Amino acid sequence: MSTELLRVRGLVVAFEAFHAVDGLDLTLLEQEVRFVIGPNGAGKTTLIDSITNLVRPTSGSIMFAGEELVGRKEYDIVRKGIGRTFQKPSVFDELTVHENVDLAASFRLPFRGLLRKRRGMSDDVAAALVAVNLVEQAESLAGSLSHGQKQWLEVAMVLVQKPRLLLLDEPVAGMTERERLRTGELITNIALEGTTVLVVEHDMDFVRRFAHKVTVMHEGRILTEGTVAEVQLDETVREVYLGRPRDARGAAEVVA
Amino acid sequence: MSAITRMLPSGTPTPSGFAVRFALAAAGLLLLAPAVLSDFRLSLLAKFLCFAIIAVGIGLAWGQGGMLVLGQGLFFGLGGYCMGMHMKIVDAGPGNLPDILTYSGKYESLPALWKPFSSAWFAVPMAILLPMAIAGVLGAAVFRQRIRGAYFAILSQALAGAFVIVIVGNLSLTGGTNGLTNFQTFFGLQVSSPADQRILYFVVAVTLLVVFLATRALIISRYGRLLVASRDDEDRVRFLGYDPARIKLVAYVLAAGMAGLAGALFVPVVGIISPALLGIVPSIEMVIWVALGGRTALAWAAAGAVIVNWAKSSISEQFPSTWLYLQGLLFVVVILFLPKGIAGAVEHGRSFLSSGRIRGRPDITPATATAAAAPKAGGTPKAVVAPKAVPAPKVGAKPSTEDLS
Repeated sequence: MSTELLRVRGLVVAFEAFHAVDGLDLTLLEQEVRFVIGPNGAGKTTLIDSITNLVRPTSGSIMFAGEELVGRKEYDIVRKGIGRTFQKPSVFDELTVHENVDLAASFRLPFRGLLRKRRGMSDDVAAALVAVNLVEQAESLAGSLSHGQKQWLEVAMVLVQKPRLLLLDEPVAGMTERERLRTGELITNIALEGTTVLVVEHDMDFVRRFAHKVTVMHEGRILTEGTVAEVQLDETVREVYLGRPRDARGAAEVVA
Repeated sequence: MSAITRMLPSGTPTPSGFAVRFALAAAGLLLLAPAVLSDFRLSLLAKFLCFAIIAVGIGLAWGQGGMLVLGQGLFFGLGGYCMGMHMKIVDAGPGNLPDILTYSGKYESLPALWKPFSSAWFAVPMAILLPMAIAGVLGAAVFRQRIRGAYFAILSQALAGAFVIVIVGNLSLTGGTNGLTNFQTFFGLQVSSPADQRILYFVVAVTLLVVFLATRALIISRYGRLLVASRDDEDRVRFLGYDPARIKLVAYVLAAGMAGLAGALFVPVVGIISPALLGIVPSIEMVIWVALGGRTALAWAAAGAVIVNWAKSSISEQFPSTWLYLQGLLFVVVILFLPKGIAGAVEHGRSFLSSGRIRGRPDITPATATAAAAPKAGGTPKAVVAPKAVPAPKVGAKPSTEDLS
C-alpha cells in the first residue's frame, strides 16, 4: 500500500467573484499516475498553478509529504521536489538544449558552483536527453526545436531534477501521433522509476490509452474519480459534457 | 571530428580563437596605441577606456541580464567622488582643508563626510563598494517585487537624477555644479604630467582588460547562462528552483561596481568629476554606447564606448554642434535596423562572407545555397557542425550570445 504524497483540502482560488477552483479535495499516492480531465475552464491548470504557487490560493491547504506548500516561494516548492511543465512549452530559446537541461540539473548547486564553467555533459543530463530523444540536438539552440521537441525538452529539464511529484500541463498538445505515443511511454516509464505524475490533458484518445486513474474536474470541483472505463460510464460526467451544447464535441470524445 | 568540437554549440568560436582575438586587442591597447598616439590622444583614449569599463558592466546587466540600467551615472559618480575627495585631501596636504571646502567658510576642519576619505585604504575600496551597496539595496527591493522593463529603467534613472540634485544642493560640501577639479597628484603621479598620464593610461587599459576577462568568464559560466535564462523567461527559472531576483541582483551589483571603478579611474585621467558627467543624460549616453556596440556581445559593448566617444570627440572638433544630432540619428538607426549593434552587423557580414564555405554542409538552406554559388568559396570548411548532426540549426538562426562575446 502506497503512502500519501499530496493532499489538497478545501482549495479555493478566486479571481474576484470567479472561483476557478472552488473547494477542491485531491489526494495523490506515491508513484501514482493521475490524469485530470474536464471541460475548458474546469480549473485544471489552476490546480497545478496553485500547487506550484504560480497563483496564490484564496484558501485551503496543500500538503506535500507532510509539509504545507501554501505560502511558500515557487523556487522553494521546486526544491521540495515538485516539477512542472507549462501548456505553452517554456524553454530558453537562446541557450542550447544541453545548456537548458544542465541549468535545470544544477538547481541544487551552491552559488559558487554556478560560477564555474560547465565541462562536458554530466551523466544525469545525458540520461535525460536520451529519455526524451534529444541527444542529436544537444548542441542546437532550443529556439530551433519543433514544438513537440520543445515540450520534450521541458520534460527533460524537469526529469533531470528528479522530482517526487511531476505536474504535466497538456504534455501532448500539438504533438504528432508518434510524439504522443512516445510521450505516453515516457510518462509510464517515469512512474515506474518512482515519480508521482499528475497529467492535465485534453486529448481523450491519449487519456484512454495511457491513463489508469482519472479525475474529472468541473467548475473548480472534483466531479468524480475512477478508472477510464468507470469515468466514461458515469452519468454526471456525461451530463457535464452533454449538458452544454458547446461541449458536445468533448462529450462525444469522453463517451465514445 | 573530435568529440570536443562536437560539444561546442555550432558557431561558437573555439577557445583559442578567443585567446587570439583577446591577445590582439591587448596588444593594440598596450603596445600599438601608446606607440602611435600623441599624449593628448592617448589621454583621450584612457578616458574612453574608463567608459568602456562602464560599458562592460552594462553589457552584463543589460545585454545578458535584460536589466535596462539607465542610471549608471549614479554609480560612476559615486566612484568618482570617492576618489576625487581622497585626491583633494591629499593635494591639500596634512592639516589643510581642500580648496573646495574653504569657499563657503563653513568648515574649520574636514567635515565628517570627507574625513574617512583621507585614507586611500578607505577611499579606493569605497569607490567600488559604495556603488555596489547602493545597487544591492535598490536591486534587492526592486527585483523581489518583480519590477522589470521600463519601470526598472525609470527607477534607476530617477536615482541618478536625484543624486545630481543632492550634489548640486550641497554646494559647500561637494563643489556643487562645478564638481571636484584642479587635482594635482594621484598616488604620487602628477596628474598634469604627460609621462604620468601615460602610466595612468596603462593602469586604465590593464584594468579594463582584467574586468573584461572576469566578466566574460562569468558570462560563460553556469551563472551566466542562468542570467540569460532569467532575462528571457523569469518564470521558467523560478520553476526550476532558482530565485531569479538573486541572479539578476548579482549582475546589477557587479555592473554598479564596474561603473564605480570606472569613475575612480576617470578622475585622475580627466581631472574632474562633476554632476554634468553623471546625471540622467550621461547615463542614457552610457546605454547608447552599449546599444551601438552590441549589447549581447561583451567585447563590442566595450568597443562601442570607445567608438562612440572617439567619433564624438573627432566630430565635435570639426563641427561642434553636429554630434548631438548624429548621436540621436545613430541611435534610431541601431534601434530600427541593427538591434544587435555593430556586433550584429559584423556577424551578419561575416556569415554572409563565409556562406560560400559551407557548401558541403547537409543542412544548407535555399538562401545560403544561392549565396554559396557566389565566387567567395574556397576557404576551409568550418570545423563546427558534425556532418551527422541531423537537423543542425539553420545558418540564419539567431546566434547564441557566445558567438559574439
